[in-house]
Amino acid sequence: MNEHVKNVTPEMTDLSRRSFLVGTAATGLVLGYAGVPGIDSAAAAAPASFEPSVWYSISPDGLVTVTCGKADMGQHIASTMAQIVCEELGAKWSDMRVQLASNDPKFNDPVLGAQITGGSWSTMMNFEAMSRAGAAGRIALSEAAAAAMGLPPYFKEELVVRDSVVSHPKSKKQMSFAEIVKSGKATKTFTPDELKAIKLKTPDQYTMIGVSVPQLDIPSKTNGTAKYGIDVMLPGMAYGKVVTPPVRFGATVKSVDDSEAKKVPGFMKAVILDDKTGTTSGWVVAVANTYANARKAADALKIAYDGGPNAKLSSQSLLDEAKRLQGLEDSGQFFVKDGDPNAAFGSAAKVVEAEYTTSINIHAPLEPMNATAEFKGDILHIYSGNQFATRSGAIAAGAAGIDPKFVVMHQHWLGGGFGRRLDADMMIPAVQAAKAVGKPVKVIYSRENDMTMDFSRPLTYQKVKAGVDGDGKLVALSHDVVSAWPTARWGIPDFLTPSVDKKGPLDSFTVNGADFFYTVPNHYVRAIKNELAHNATPSGQLRSVAPGWTFWAVESMIDEIAAATGKDPAQFRISLLDGAGKNDGGAQRLRNTLLAAMGLSGYGTRPLPKGEGMGVACVSSQERATASWTACVAHVAVAPSGAVTVKKLTVATDVGTQVHPDNIRAQVEGAALWGLSLAMYEKATLKDGGIEQTNFDTYRPLRMSQMPEVAVAVIANGEKATGVGEPAVTVVAPAIGNAIFNASGARVRALPITAEAVKASMKA
Amino acid sequence: MPTLTINGRSLSVDAANDTPLLWAIREQLQMTGTKFGCGAGLCGACTVHVNGEAVRSCQTMVGDVAGKKITTIEGLSTKGDHPLQKAWVAEQVPQCGYCQSGQIMQAASLLAKNPNPTKEEVVAHMDGNLCRCMTYSRIQKAIMRAASEMRTASATSSERRPT
Repeated sequence: MNEHVKNVTPEMTDLSRRSFLVGTAATGLVLGYAGVPGIDSAAAAAPASFEPSVWYSISPDGLVTVTCGKADMGQHIASTMAQIVCEELGAKWSDMRVQLASNDPKFNDPVLGAQITGGSWSTMMNFEAMSRAGAAGRIALSEAAAAAMGLPPYFKEELVVRDSVVSHPKSKKQMSFAEIVKSGKATKTFTPDELKAIKLKTPDQYTMIGVSVPQLDIPSKTNGTAKYGIDVMLPGMAYGKVVTPPVRFGATVKSVDDSEAKKVPGFMKAVILDDKTGTTSGWVVAVANTYANARKAADALKIAYDGGPNAKLSSQSLLDEAKRLQGLEDSGQFFVKDGDPNAAFGSAAKVVEAEYTTSINIHAPLEPMNATAEFKGDILHIYSGNQFATRSGAIAAGAAGIDPKFVVMHQHWLGGGFGRRLDADMMIPAVQAAKAVGKPVKVIYSRENDMTMDFSRPLTYQKVKAGVDGDGKLVALSHDVVSAWPTARWGIPDFLTPSVDKKGPLDSFTVNGADFFYTVPNHYVRAIKNELAHNATPSGQLRSVAPGWTFWAVESMIDEIAAATGKDPAQFRISLLDGAGKNDGGAQRLRNTLLAAMGLSGYGTRPLPKGEGMGVACVSSQERATASWTACVAHVAVAPSGAVTVKKLTVATDVGTQVHPDNIRAQVEGAALWGLSLAMYEKATLKDGGIEQTNFDTYRPLRMSQMPEVAVAVIANGEKATGVGEPAVTVVAPAIGNAIFNASGARVRALPITAEAVKASMKA
Repeated sequence: MPTLTINGRSLSVDAANDTPLLWAIREQLQMTGTKFGCGAGLCGACTVHVNGEAVRSCQTMVGDVAGKKITTIEGLSTKGDHPLQKAWVAEQVPQCGYCQSGQIMQAASLLAKNPNPTKEEVVAHMDGNLCRCMTYSRIQKAIMRAASEMRTASATSSERRPT
């Protein structure tokens, strides 16, 4: 029986009010929170009928399998979740296993109330719940062991749980987890109060948290055995290759001539998508017996399109529209409205104004989008790797015309996510092709489909105006952000934010970061939706999302103000990070992080050769409430031609508590290099309504030969664990821009940075 | 029906001669360790060995490799214990892991010819392989580690010590 319920709007799961159940089943011991559909009934059911698909289970051979409801796209979150459970449970690391969850709501994120992976949220939002789950398991096992070993309950305090063994040193008795599970005695229900009363370990007691244990998924990623969505094979499966129109969005299919496709052996059908979810427009799927034949058939289709309303648009027209909207008094909604900058500008000693832009950027994970759909009885099975099972299941259901409760999502490893797999477009061709041919169908996008139909990082235009008083103090800042609204596109009200000026909800995923921790008494941030861009280039969440552009503007402007007032940009930042009022705590942490990056890079300690410079930036990415404090010092060399060489990036980040130090370094370095890639190399453009770049020859992420030296300092000061997958993306571009200015006097305000723009600014 | 010699086995595949080797290996023979990334020879995810040379299987047609010795990630070692695979684990290289089969196959063809590469030689040899997670520094370290271990092993096996 399928228990999946319609769950498009996130429902908060307050774990502080849930019981925790430990029960014995035929397959071993199962542990999970109660009150989430599936767990109560499962624990109460006869062991034989029990499906151990709760948070974790311990099998009679002592293996502990943690079910991860998060998408694992290389951040090793499954392994991290296992590590957090392992710490409190007292298991041996080599006994730990992970499995990926289905879209059953019982695996929803305890804080977010949905299955969604992004925002660098996972560790910070699951740490507590996973820790308590592990601790509850340890207590249940200990009590069962004490009873089995004939110890009175008051000896409980004398038990030691370590390496999957419960031992009583005084009596020299011990039992392994495997033996306890086999005894069938470990059964316990924790009331919410009991669960809350469990004393979790303090950092000085940690033996697993803070240790760089071998990641559980890595061996399978060195020998070809890790299964990604694209690797799914189902009996009798056919293949689909999508044919996408020349216009990114808004085109419709006028006619399909499949006479040539019919000559391709194994060709079955050309299916025109009927997409009522509004995710795609003008797509056709060629279905055949093999993927090679599906590709041939797709190439042979002759399709006539109506280009639709966006067929004439270009990057320039989107930018022009952004500028027009920014110029209107009543555009957009306020995200921050402190004081009155406009009045303050009137009395300011100096006003600095600048425009900053970023190009369209493409996720381009190396595993092209794909999905496999299979109708089995009344259930639609979807096989894919995706970051938002809750919504993707609903989109698949929409494509099939069925209720989402009849969709089962089978999660796989993600061959890169970066936000791309929050979207569910790939479900639609797979579902409709499977329906049309009556067989399971695996749809695989070509790289060209993947690039031109990306839910891209939107083109952004920002105008920032700053006012400085006679003492050189920053007294006013107004900041307008114009872009497509990636999150508004989801149609989920909970993901939008009320505007300060009560003009309706805004998409905070376009302005996060602009609400920085600097003390500026008069501060406006306005979020302006570029409707034209929103419709023509449906945008998505690209690794780091808004802070990837808001800090480009803010952190460049801070340097521009410092330059205009003759101050050292790093010292100027420190003076703004005074921790006054609402900035208390965060500002000081950010200041300390900046100092750490300065120290590690040797900022200001020695003269640099002519044409070289260092630049700083510091950020509170991702959201103000979920910040990891991150600073960067970029060291660049600028040639007279304007060509920029990034010699070194020094990144410091305050993550509070580090679960896995080596993984944090890997994530921070990867994120910093993403920041570099976006700052210098990646650019997509719109022409005639279509994305011009189709493959890695014209859209060019960083390669090995372009990699500078990267130094990373991780600050773990015992505060709560924060996220590390994204923040370092956002700090690099402004640090480089500021370094270019210090090296050459050229101020660049457009991403990506080009030699031409640097040279032009040098002359100016 | 062409017959391919893959990882020491003779396998017939129901594919036209102009089928990219990649799709025959992955989807028909279901050896999915070899990955599709770009279909244009620009990313290296599909790298396999043909007669010991690293090639992009998306740009190599089935008809061109009949009778040649093809090696995929599944056949690089019997137990996933090629020095490069061990080094990849030791350095904890993979993030998403999708490109890593191709990276390892590309690196293996370098070390087979040049057991003591410089960093520059590694970069030149590996630059065609994209890693979207940007694990490049760990890839470099793992190649150097594997090269060093292979040199030690070969010195030990021939009972010579490095001078």
